[in-house]
Amino acid sequence: MPTDPLSRVFSALADPTRRDLVARLTLADATPTELAEPYDVSLQAVSKHLRVLEDAGLVSRRRDAQRRPVHLEAQVLDLMTAWIERYRRQAEERFARLDTVLAAMRDDDPSPGHDSCAEPLPVTTRPAPAAPRRRRTGGTT
Amino acid sequence: MSDHETRIELDDRVPLVRITREFDAPPAKVYLAWTDPQLVAQWLGPRDRTMEIETYDCVTGGAYRYGMRHGDDVQWFHGSFHQARPAERLVQTFTWEGMPDQVALETLTLVDLGDGRTRVESTSLVDSFEDRDAFVRSGMEKGITEGYEQLDELLAR
Repeated sequence: MPTDPLSRVFSALADPTRRDLVARLTLADATPTELAEPYDVSLQAVSKHLRVLEDAGLVSRRRDAQRRPVHLEAQVLDLMTAWIERYRRQAEERFARLDTVLAAMRDDDPSPGHDSCAEPLPVTTRPAPAAPRRRRTGGTT
Repeated sequence: MSDHETRIELDDRVPLVRITREFDAPPAKVYLAWTDPQLVAQWLGPRDRTMEIETYDCVTGGAYRYGMRHGDDVQWFHGSFHQARPAERLVQTFTWEGMPDQVALETLTLVDLGDGRTRVESTSLVDSFEDRDAFVRSGMEKGITEGYEQLDELLAR
């Protein structure tokens, strides 16, 4: 079990059944029995999933109510969604630059026609004798 | 300017991140931009870092090593090109030399959508879910603002 809170959220949501439980809890609070109904699994199995979600801080159980409905802690879910969204934006930023590079390449001949490059590019799908290759000297520094 | 959506999926069963996006260019062109060191240097790194390529031999059995420089700080990365099939598929390993024993397996798949468009699916498989999640969370703080700035610049062109 991961120790830091966000990793716990990530791994709790790595399971499709738990993701489904979370999705249903976004609509309304529900008891474990209600949550178990659509699945072909025991109440015990659902309870186990709920415990994982609870440990990750994604759901809470109301202690006061007789029914003890499960409540989704939406802000925790939002936090994880935010992480993924930031990662997505970072990738998008990179790809926006790739869009620009692609737009600057010529359509007819994709190999040498980059205006931004000072000299013809080696065709990189085979060894490029034009480019002096420095061998790695080993080590990681 | 492209309005293509970048999709991120975290796999349930294996510690893998999948990034999918479409590009307005045919597969051969996308492949070249992805494998030619001079082109790669123009887009791969974060905007606040300069990419310094030591080796970039993108052939099956080839290898790469590059640094990302920000002032005096250079972070090095290296890996092997396991399979390079032009316009279709690129499989490579990826290691950040700050954690030299960790290695990701990255697979790039290009799907020809016709009309000069390509769907790019890029996956990164790491050693554990914790590594994967840390990877997704790392270095993202700057993502939001930079992403918007980049977008603004592109829109202004």
